[in-house]
Amino acid sequence: MTYKHIGKDFTPPDVEGKVTGSARYAEDFKKEGMVFARLLTSPLPAGRIVSIDYAEALAMEGVVGILTTEDLPQPTAPANPSLASDVITYIGQPILAIAAETEEIAEAAIDKVRLVFERRPFVVDPLDTLVEGGPNPYPTGNTLIRRAAAAEAGTTQSGTDVGEIKWSVDAVSAFRAGRDPGNVTWANEWVFGELEEEFAQCAAIVEEPFVTIGQSHHALESRTGMAYWENGRCYFFGSLQSHTIAVAPLAGMLGIDPANLVFINENTGGGFGGKIFPYPIMAVTGHMARKVNRPVQLRITREEEYYIGSARAGMQGWLKLGLKANGDVGAVDMIVIGDAGAGGGASGPGAANYVSLMLQPDAMRFRGVSLYTNTAPRGAQRGPGENEMATALAPIYDKAINQLGLDRVQVHVQNAPDNDGTIGPQRGELTGTAFRQAITQGAELFGWEERKLLSGRRNGSKVTGIGIGMGYHSAGASGYDGLCRIGTDGKLYLHTGVGNLGTYSYAAVVRAAAEVLKVDWENCEIVRGNTDLHLPYSTYQAGSNTMFTEVRTNNVAGLDALRKLKAIAAGDLGGEPDEFDVDGARVFRISNPAQGLTYAEAAQRAVALGGEYSGQVFPEDLNPVTQRAVQGLAGTGLIGVGKDPRHTGTVPGTTVGYMQIELDTLTGKYEIVDYAAVADCGTVVHPMGFRQSMNGGGVWGVGLAALERLVYDPQNGLPANVGLYQAKIPSYLDVPLVNRSGSTEVPDPQSPVGSRGVGEPSQGCASAALASAISDALGGHQFNRAPVTPDMIINHVAQLDHFNTGDLKTNTF
Amino acid sequence: MPSYDNMPAMELYQPVQIQDALEIATRLADRGWLVGGGQDTYGWIKDHAKLPEALIDLNGIESLRGIRQTNDGIEIGALTTLTEVATSPLILENYALLAKAAAAVASPQIRNAGTLAGNVAQDVRCWYYRRGLSCYRAGGNLCYADTPEGQNREHAIFNASRCVAVTPSDTAPALVALEAQMVITSQRRERVVPAERFFVGPSVDILNTTVLRDGEILTAVRIPAKWANADYHYEKVADRNVWDFALVSLAAVMRMDGNNIADSRLVCGAVECVPRRLTTVERAIQGQPRNQATADRVAGMASQGAKPLTHNHFKMPLMDNLVTRLLTA
Repeated sequence: MTYKHIGKDFTPPDVEGKVTGSARYAEDFKKEGMVFARLLTSPLPAGRIVSIDYAEALAMEGVVGILTTEDLPQPTAPANPSLASDVITYIGQPILAIAAETEEIAEAAIDKVRLVFERRPFVVDPLDTLVEGGPNPYPTGNTLIRRAAAAEAGTTQSGTDVGEIKWSVDAVSAFRAGRDPGNVTWANEWVFGELEEEFAQCAAIVEEPFVTIGQSHHALESRTGMAYWENGRCYFFGSLQSHTIAVAPLAGMLGIDPANLVFINENTGGGFGGKIFPYPIMAVTGHMARKVNRPVQLRITREEEYYIGSARAGMQGWLKLGLKANGDVGAVDMIVIGDAGAGGGASGPGAANYVSLMLQPDAMRFRGVSLYTNTAPRGAQRGPGENEMATALAPIYDKAINQLGLDRVQVHVQNAPDNDGTIGPQRGELTGTAFRQAITQGAELFGWEERKLLSGRRNGSKVTGIGIGMGYHSAGASGYDGLCRIGTDGKLYLHTGVGNLGTYSYAAVVRAAAEVLKVDWENCEIVRGNTDLHLPYSTYQAGSNTMFTEVRTNNVAGLDALRKLKAIAAGDLGGEPDEFDVDGARVFRISNPAQGLTYAEAAQRAVALGGEYSGQVFPEDLNPVTQRAVQGLAGTGLIGVGKDPRHTGTVPGTTVGYMQIELDTLTGKYEIVDYAAVADCGTVVHPMGFRQSMNGGGVWGVGLAALERLVYDPQNGLPANVGLYQAKIPSYLDVPLVNRSGSTEVPDPQSPVGSRGVGEPSQGCASAALASAISDALGGHQFNRAPVTPDMIINHVAQLDHFNTGDLKTNTF
Repeated sequence: MPSYDNMPAMELYQPVQIQDALEIATRLADRGWLVGGGQDTYGWIKDHAKLPEALIDLNGIESLRGIRQTNDGIEIGALTTLTEVATSPLILENYALLAKAAAAVASPQIRNAGTLAGNVAQDVRCWYYRRGLSCYRAGGNLCYADTPEGQNREHAIFNASRCVAVTPSDTAPALVALEAQMVITSQRRERVVPAERFFVGPSVDILNTTVLRDGEILTAVRIPAKWANADYHYEKVADRNVWDFALVSLAAVMRMDGNNIADSRLVCGAVECVPRRLTTVERAIQGQPRNQATADRVAGMASQGAKPLTHNHFKMPLMDNLVTRLLTA
């Protein structure tokens, strides 16, 4: 299909500001009378606050106020309040904040606070709390439990609590040794198909344990916020991935009606899943501003970002994979012990869904437990569960295929989902997929047939490894609102409540409305970044879903505006609406294009007509956020607005990556000789944005598979990575200079322009391809861990594998 | 636990003459802090982990800059940046080992600001120490890294004494290999110390990694002509290819007599607190050809005597492997 905007490169309007430095982030906003807050955080991984004495701090000249947990609403366990109550569960947990005329005074005042703690045993490795007699990260246990009855009775707010799951020493020992722990307690368990019968038909069965670590989010912009209050309204300048979807929860944190919250977030310096929704520290900024009745900026330091910025959940797992003689996946049995840190969720279920989709087994069982540890709280991060599972699975899958002597690409293709593919225990349907085509297309792009012959080739101390990996994320949602306005100046104003995470997808998706209305890009203006600018209720900017979800909403808004344009033209010029069409910023009679109205004229008529045409009347099913936006715009032009109906099925954003490395057996280092990846993400809306997604994901994939660290000292709970360099994010010289990428361009049937997201899968295929390539270079060796670092490779080559962690330890070296 | 993010108030001196700098440094003693490129200064101070009363900014002293030829080699001013060292035609032509080592430091941005003197005089990078824990090196009475549970992957495998931190400098092994002379100036005198004795381990001084004392300034580094244009080899293995400290590095110079190694100096970085001469290997390869057979003959010799900790055993084969590469490259 030929589009005016879709599939065409363009320059998003915020690019210039980011290049010149004029783009404003939360820390750039100042307000007269603004004071500065600093945090006091916990030096202990676990304990209880016995007393706090801040009298001396408060008495200091220049100190204007203090905020403690007593100033904040108390959530239900395991969620901690934004400032710790009496329970401490991780180092760096915020305890109180002090506001002062300068940051220096605030820091000095923090030094004057006297805290008395009571220590409690702590744990950094989930298996150490899972074993009977092991310490619990919370006073009441180590895992989230749901108490439906209690919730019903009103004894807990949300029906959740912290409870305890323990395994015997023998069971944990068996699991650490890479075996099924047997009859133990699970928090999550599902199965489909006849597991044992399917395994019995398999010609190759491999059983391997695996460990994947967490990674911090590393957002370059830390979660700084500034807030002030005027006439009962809170003006909050924050750093979130999402925008209008955050209004209600942030207002809830501040205890106000969402109508009284103005949320400004023009640019966001990265989030990667760590800033999808309002995070706890935002409550401190807002409440402090109200308490001291001054504008307050709470700047979060890089070190603090590593404490409270959350991290990917880790996994300790076991996988039994059976292939039939022809390469079909017969059965999968899978266990994941998820590390949820001091709060948040683990990602075992996401990992299991990934396996179920990518392998399409005839039978599968998943068993899992999510456990807390006294480490940084965990949260969603780029392909949560899926990308780390992709990395763990790739070498295991290779091993099974190689046992049968089959071609890896062929087996990947035959097991990959097609349009009849299913996902998860419910075996849910897909909106559509051309993933098999992506795999073959990628093989051609990479030159698989020639390159696979290089596997294991020696060149002095160097050996070639060839890898293949698959990425997936559910890349689309629905049910949000679209809003656009044709101004009386004839311009199309594209209102969006999607956050500006830095991917520019917010700008790409609004072009779907411009497409419907056939408006030149020069006559379009994107309205965003400030809820006072009347923004609709848009999707969360995460989960790779914007490209699907928000082309739907913008299409809805565009179609509504188109309907109204035609109705106005028919009303003014006679005839029926369907006798009219639009182009060139005009609505005109198809049979006589000279008869028509310019968009400016039509918008002026809409204002004169009022009612639904200019927003005085709007659909009742709009979200309150959108309703307020339309009310704010009423009478200013022709309003296109609507709620996107629900779609059906999982929206599979999938990718395949191929990698060639040359691994130096003397140093454990390797060079990525080539990397090629192909995405099945439907129609590519913005080619430059697509390539950027594939490149960015590819870089981070290298980090996940080989570099990044999340290390805690088991003696005192201290994190070793509190800076970018310590966290070992990939550098420019650790990745290939050029990533080659392509796409299938097979439209998704439930996206009006055929698009699906690809941000998250672009990481998973790269990390999996690298893990596969490293294993391939070393004759199929299973490290059973991601990342695989040079020391592990050196140990393996030196036949010192016993020094590589073989007992599934995590959060340590 | 506060998370400091502001520089504390302190005095700033900006002398333009070395004598003035020495006078200030002598007067302030341990209350003063010498600043060159600042790459191992501002982090400490911003974190409030080190709190000097005054900074003595040496950057106005022009005599500390530049690379000069001498009667016996070259002299490199202390403030010469690592980028200048890495790209100097004089060094590239005669002492390429040092240029290569300087080019391996951190990242281009850090090399542009960081100085040669700062690179050799920087403090250890043990993450426990840098977190401000009260370990031996910080004046306390325990080591967090040298325990069964210590996270000591990057730490020492030789000659630990209470502290198990390693030398983090990439240029130090090259300077030791080249038999560099460190010019140390104080108000009273100038002393010249061989690079090999410039660095000190914890058994000698638990609080300092060099022989520099309060009131002294490392003003220049001299490279004698002895190893000019010698065969050389430098390899740094780090987790990342940029912006990382070495897991192990090897700097070597060799004089060949025909096909055989007549003389050599092999120095490893990041395996103990000071650059480690591989004297046993040097002796074993003397008179031997540079080939696989010699590599096989000395296999395992480099790491002999190592006492690895819980997580750094890999440094032993890595040391040996780097020697193998040196001999087979």
